[in-house]
Amino acid sequence: MKAYNIIDHEYDVVVLGAGGSGLRAAVGLSESGLKTACISKVFPTRSHTSAAQGGISAALGNMGEDDWRWHMYDTVKGADWLGDQDSIEYLCKEAPKAVLELEKYGVPFSRTEEGKIYQRPFGGMTKNYGNGIVQRTCAAADRTGHAILHTLYGQALKHNTEFFIEYFALDLLMKDGECKGLIAWNLNDGTIHRFRAHTVIIATGGYGKVYYSATSAHTCTGDGNAMVLRAGLPLQDMEFVQFHPTGIYGHGTLISEGVRGEGGYLVNSKGERFMERYAPNAKDLASRDVVSRSMSIEINEGRGVGKDQDHVHLHLSHLDKSVIENRLPGITEAARLFANVDVTKDPIPVVPTVHYNMGGIPTNYKAEVLTMNGSEKTVPGLMAIGEAACVSVHGANRLGSNSLIDLVVFGRAAAKRAAELVKTGTPHEEIPETETQKCLDRFDKLRNAQGDNSTAELRLSMQKTMQSKCAVFRTEKNLKQGVDEIGKTYDGMDSISVKDKSLVFNTDLVETLEFDNLIRQAVATVDSAYHRKESRGAHAREDYPKRDDEKFMQHTLAWCDGKNTKISYRPVHQSTLTNEVQYFPPQERVY
Amino acid sequence: MVQLSLPKNSEIKKGKYFKDKTGSKNLRKVNIYRWDPSTDEGPRIDTYEVDMDSCSSKVLDILNKIKNEIDSTITYRRSCAHGVCGSCAMNMGGKNGLACTTPHAEIEGDIDIYPLPHLKVKKDLIGDLDGLYKQYQSIEPWLKNNSTKDTTEIYQSKEDRAKLDGAYECIMCACCSTSCPSYWWNGDKYLGPAVLLQAYRWIIDSRDEERKARLKKVADELKLYRCHTILNCTNACPKGLNPAKAIAEIKKMLATANV
Repeated sequence: MKAYNIIDHEYDVVVLGAGGSGLRAAVGLSESGLKTACISKVFPTRSHTSAAQGGISAALGNMGEDDWRWHMYDTVKGADWLGDQDSIEYLCKEAPKAVLELEKYGVPFSRTEEGKIYQRPFGGMTKNYGNGIVQRTCAAADRTGHAILHTLYGQALKHNTEFFIEYFALDLLMKDGECKGLIAWNLNDGTIHRFRAHTVIIATGGYGKVYYSATSAHTCTGDGNAMVLRAGLPLQDMEFVQFHPTGIYGHGTLISEGVRGEGGYLVNSKGERFMERYAPNAKDLASRDVVSRSMSIEINEGRGVGKDQDHVHLHLSHLDKSVIENRLPGITEAARLFANVDVTKDPIPVVPTVHYNMGGIPTNYKAEVLTMNGSEKTVPGLMAIGEAACVSVHGANRLGSNSLIDLVVFGRAAAKRAAELVKTGTPHEEIPETETQKCLDRFDKLRNAQGDNSTAELRLSMQKTMQSKCAVFRTEKNLKQGVDEIGKTYDGMDSISVKDKSLVFNTDLVETLEFDNLIRQAVATVDSAYHRKESRGAHAREDYPKRDDEKFMQHTLAWCDGKNTKISYRPVHQSTLTNEVQYFPPQERVY
Repeated sequence: MVQLSLPKNSEIKKGKYFKDKTGSKNLRKVNIYRWDPSTDEGPRIDTYEVDMDSCSSKVLDILNKIKNEIDSTITYRRSCAHGVCGSCAMNMGGKNGLACTTPHAEIEGDIDIYPLPHLKVKKDLIGDLDGLYKQYQSIEPWLKNNSTKDTTEIYQSKEDRAKLDGAYECIMCACCSTSCPSYWWNGDKYLGPAVLLQAYRWIIDSRDEERKARLKKVADELKLYRCHTILNCTNACPKGLNPAKAIAEIKKMLATANV
């Protein structure tokens, strides 16, 4: 193997990822005086937070009475009781503070007549513990994620955060079960960089690209999740994949739930508002898993629209023109560009589309990474936040607008916790060279791979398998086939081929490394789904249609050694953080 | 043809020709600028015959198809694929735009794909935007307000908030700045339309308390007044924004106010 020249760095904390959560953490860390590096494979404002549309939830009460406890109840119920209620309490209680802080940073929120932050209704967000709809989702038109991401990047610039942009992270550096840093490849000049840190915060987002049709960006490949798997640590609740009800048919572009929040509704081929049948109270504003399943049933029973009757229509032409212009300008543009639809005249063709990963790196509410070793243990030196993390506040199904709030609340929490744990300037321990060698061996092997299988072919095969075997509805038979097929695709890596051998912006190799990351998560996802023999939230088993609290009110933990997995379970935290709120015991979940 | 910053002492040569292997009757020729800094070779144009029957409607779909099926070495940035992240800005058929929102049907004849004009190229279609990002940082893109009340937001009327429309939506793709001849010639000193639009976004935010200082900072012969209202920027913006108007507004504020 050709020796790679390694450039060493030492930081108190390294944040991996520069989306909403990574930037919020970096800002907090820089404020606290810790020497912080923020590493990202894309320029920060290119991160996928920019695609979030509808809003960010917080019980501000700007549009009528609200209470963070109501928000907590909605989140617990939305999560189908798989969320850890201590973490959910923390999220909902901290949410108003975190949003007001964003406003002070300069986020251009839409406004009410009084000049306060405008809030809109969103799926599953209710008042007084499920009695009526509440307006809790703070919005900057339908470009809330974009507005937040750009504002947070500005804050990071204000605090002189040190960025390493267009660096692709390869692996964590571990020593005796503790994280000591990471290795990254600088795409700009092809050099390899070793970052030593007392704490690494993973903020690499979701891995939607394991599926064929997803609202996710090409870059949503869950690189941090895969680094955690390769470090011998588990991922949690990977079977819970959210299908957003309204991705544009044929293209996958997201159409915000804000459209239904503002009064849009879904219609089948008979012109029927079918959600009234499935969710008599919340109707089109039921939880996303409920709406996506209802749409799939309509389509499966022959009431889909279009030539192949394989999608439904989202109507909004009845809305006031000023509502469309002022509050939904972004989706108006998206519908024109990707569905050739003028939303003031015609409905948008939509279909449930992979959108969000509830699962990820297990953490507590302080963002510290957890593993199981007899009992729940934290992993020293390692934190995770944002979509990469599984705190778990979203449990089996995330409510719309709870992801943006998750980013900033836990980004902030991670910075606070790191400031407690790390004393700036503490000397770094030596890490055995074998860790670096192991990482570079994998890198070099893939770079020089000369097999017959192209990365694109293997990726497509994985995506098609996941799309057909691990979708909205699942069965034992399908999942078993999924496990086998994903295993075969994994084996295909043995003869993968990379044509570009260079080191500067070698995107052929980047895509191959990303595929290596994706396929490991596909393995964890389909195997976790196979082992969960119940229906809960986004995981709907036709052969086990009921929720089984006795056996499965537990988080799945999946360790993967290549394509071989070990599945284990961790009890859901069934207590709150303080006595300001009572534990919400499981109920039947109806909307 | 688009004006490019070529590597030193080089000219663009004709490159490889990738003939169709699918037997399709519906082919288009796609010419792509290629340059790899890790070789000693100068830039070249590679030509690909692409089967349009199995290709979706946008230029990015063509690039992905080539990378996935014909030549995995072509290099470009892309991420969200629906016009919000700003990664895939490039020059297509002689016009700047986002590959993910530009329909290839709008380009007549062969499809020519180049990096954004006048940037130093890092590889193939990847332009160097570091200079533009530094200029962005120089306008201090964060709210300056000394309000210490953390129990409430800073109130802003609907009318004042509406002033930010058309400015905050910028995705920093650089299509506008790299279409501007003034920026081509003085890009090291002139801030260019993308950055000036952002400067304007903070100047007119009613919550910001440093309006005058912000105006003063951009009131410079080179930073601002190199804009000669050519309006290429507004033409080029894939988000339908109007940076030229924002620049004119800044000039107007400076002309009418005692700053």
